[in-house]
Amino acid sequence: MIKPLIELIGITKVYPGVTALNDVSLQVNAGEVLGLIGENGAGKSTLMKILGGVVAPTHGTIRLDGLDHGSLTIALAKHARIAFVHQELNLFENLNVAANVFIGREPVTGGFLKLIDSTVLHRRVAPLLKRLGADFLPDALVADLSLAQRQLVEIAKALSIDARVIIMDEPTSSLTLSETNNLLAVIEDLKVQGVSVIYISHRLGEIMDCASRVVCLRDGRVVGELSGAQMTHGAMIRLMIGRDLKSVYVPPATSHCGAGLEIIGLVTRAFPDREVTLSVRRGEILGLAGLVGSGRTSLARTVFGVDTALGGEIRLNGKQVSTTSPREAIDQGIYLVPEDRKRSGLVLNMPIAQNVTLANLPRFARLMLVNRASEARVSEIQRTRLRIKAPSHHTEVVTLSGGNQQKVVLAKWLSMTPLVVIFDEPTRGIDVGAKSEIYELIRELADSGVSILMISSDMEEVIGVADRIAVMHEGRISGVLDRDQFSEYNVLQLAVGHAPDEAMVNDPRPTELSWGA
Amino acid sequence: MVSKKELALLLLILVIGGITALINPLFLSQVNIGNLANLVGIYGVFSIGAGLVIITGGIDLSVGSMFALLGVILIYLLVDLALPWPLALLLIVMAGAVLGAIQGFLVTKARVQPFVVTLCGLLIYRGLARYITADASMGFGYGDDFDTLSNLASGRLLGVPHTLILLIGISLVMGVVVHKSVFGRYLYAVGKNEEAARFSGIRTGSVIAAAYVLSGLLAGITTILLVFYTNSVVPSSFGSFYELYGIAAAVLGGCSLRGGEGSILGILLGTVLLQVLQNLVNILGIPSSLNFAVMGTVILAGVLADQMLQTRRKAAFTISSTAVTRSAPTS
Repeated sequence: MIKPLIELIGITKVYPGVTALNDVSLQVNAGEVLGLIGENGAGKSTLMKILGGVVAPTHGTIRLDGLDHGSLTIALAKHARIAFVHQELNLFENLNVAANVFIGREPVTGGFLKLIDSTVLHRRVAPLLKRLGADFLPDALVADLSLAQRQLVEIAKALSIDARVIIMDEPTSSLTLSETNNLLAVIEDLKVQGVSVIYISHRLGEIMDCASRVVCLRDGRVVGELSGAQMTHGAMIRLMIGRDLKSVYVPPATSHCGAGLEIIGLVTRAFPDREVTLSVRRGEILGLAGLVGSGRTSLARTVFGVDTALGGEIRLNGKQVSTTSPREAIDQGIYLVPEDRKRSGLVLNMPIAQNVTLANLPRFARLMLVNRASEARVSEIQRTRLRIKAPSHHTEVVTLSGGNQQKVVLAKWLSMTPLVVIFDEPTRGIDVGAKSEIYELIRELADSGVSILMISSDMEEVIGVADRIAVMHEGRISGVLDRDQFSEYNVLQLAVGHAPDEAMVNDPRPTELSWGA
Repeated sequence: MVSKKELALLLLILVIGGITALINPLFLSQVNIGNLANLVGIYGVFSIGAGLVIITGGIDLSVGSMFALLGVILIYLLVDLALPWPLALLLIVMAGAVLGAIQGFLVTKARVQPFVVTLCGLLIYRGLARYITADASMGFGYGDDFDTLSNLASGRLLGVPHTLILLIGISLVMGVVVHKSVFGRYLYAVGKNEEAARFSGIRTGSVIAAAYVLSGLLAGITTILLVFYTNSVVPSSFGSFYELYGIAAAVLGGCSLRGGEGSILGILLGTVLLQVLQNLVNILGIPSSLNFAVMGTVILAGVLADQMLQTRRKAAFTISSTAVTRSAPTS
């Protein structure tokens, strides 16, 4: 029997309020490519951070070379020759390739000045690049390299520590097809040379191409392992989903009426060669699903006027509107609850009241002087209505919990007159109780006639809250599902760019969410 | 509302002033206090401008050179062109605002860093002032009659220098603008989190540019006061280093160079403290060459003390907030 290179035994990681990993066991053998799949939030990244020594597990054992460890440190992981190729590349753009590969371990000349010995440096980096079939030299500036080339630099860095295991987290998310094929060829070579690769990807086709075995995580647990011929598209998707979704769906109070928001042939900067067409009726919640990087956030930013559109038009209740700046969008009743509320949604060191009135301050002013009494009155109304847990409206937003911070962002828009509200990941990092309160608020808002576009990577949320789901794939709407077609399977199929499986539309899977729950 | 920081600053001024008075009672003499008040009046006006720019997260290094350029032009307008003085003053204040507007445009539209924009301003204005005058000092001749104006700019009312009265007036107006108006709220929001401000529909570029315009406008007013304080303009040295006094006063007064913090009262107190320090160097017979060193030491000590207090506050805050905030892991 082959002795595994790395063994993870019963790994559990508990964060306050969330169990990210629950009794996960996994082993990596020498010279194999192990695929790791799972939805957003399934625990893949946490598991890999544990392996890289960045995060310590709450329970469990990591067995390396026959030695058991309770947790790893970054130094220990390095010593065990485990290397990471990160999703966001960690390179110094202002340095050249060779300097990046040996960063922190530069060969130096003798003498007390310890000058960097560039000759030796280049001599050591050149063969690594050759081994990867790279088409650039060690003295190329990283800033001049393409994303695919930078990926190779990261891999060269891994090889330079003589890595036995290389963890790749979504390595192809920004690569073109031919670049992806090159990378897969490199991985194949590494395998032959006895290097193991843990390959995390949403792209199931790539997993089938390169992995000999695939492990699937769901809600922090290992839910299955497939190898060889078992690794089919359908089997993998079935493993990724297949839990009972809690039904939180509340149907709209009235039927949707009127045009609401219409996006026609909109071209965003993120995907200059793709057009997006989408409509959200008045009173409707349209869920916008898709993988991370599929262009959902750029769509939201473009509609809200943060990014300028490269083409297409936006209509509101049948009339064309222009949104070249957030101010213009806001003036027409289009509001955005942004993805990163701390960075874009709130001024953290300002009191609740000042955040609530920020977008509409002239309304609270006479002769351009702020009327603090009316400001206090309105924010107090919102604070009570949204049940924001804080001692008073003077409380600085920075001291609030995530859920309450999000409610402050909502309060800002609810104190005005919204026609369209775009939510970008409305409940990310928010605990369960506050989540359902926010869902209630979204539904209430829709019932008052507002068009809601809700971007979400949380499957339970999209399926449980939306009236219809549009799915984006690589900058394009790959399909729109009505409620009777809702299933995780269909959403995932569209998200990876396939047509929804007709047979699955009426699958007995828990897609039948009770109406009127 | 007076913050703890401002109270501490006031206390520091009283303590330093008290000690100085004990060592040399002349500190409290009418002549000295009047002189001190006059200088506070002059320095306070442009320090407010420096503070406004710092609240947006920027910096204005150009005002000292602006004094030289505008000062030269002022004398030219009054003496050589013999314009009516109200018109001349108006033109100078407007010119200051225009220079500020150009800098504001470069910062917000051309997206050049404030430090670079205003450093270039510092060099350009000084160079122009020296070129126009061929490096000769400019002054009012004996025959010219500027008594009214001179009296207005550097006279006293019941022993109180006009400059101080003007500063109090400007501070009241700016206090309302900064602490009570919509623009003031935007100024802080932009300084603290420009992106969130933009996402709330605030035209952040206009707000930031307005701060530079105000700084230029206040520099224009200061030019007038300074010219009649010294009665002549030496283009190569007039107003030299003054931008740093403004920045120092603002920082002492609680403006953070990271933006979003500071108050008009704080800036005023900062100005007073700086002038008291300058004055005590003279009055205690400390070699005047040590002037800068004393100022630097006090500012450094002040900022360090503030830093330590803030870290302590932050530490206390982190403990209380970890109990509330839940950090959810991302996949």
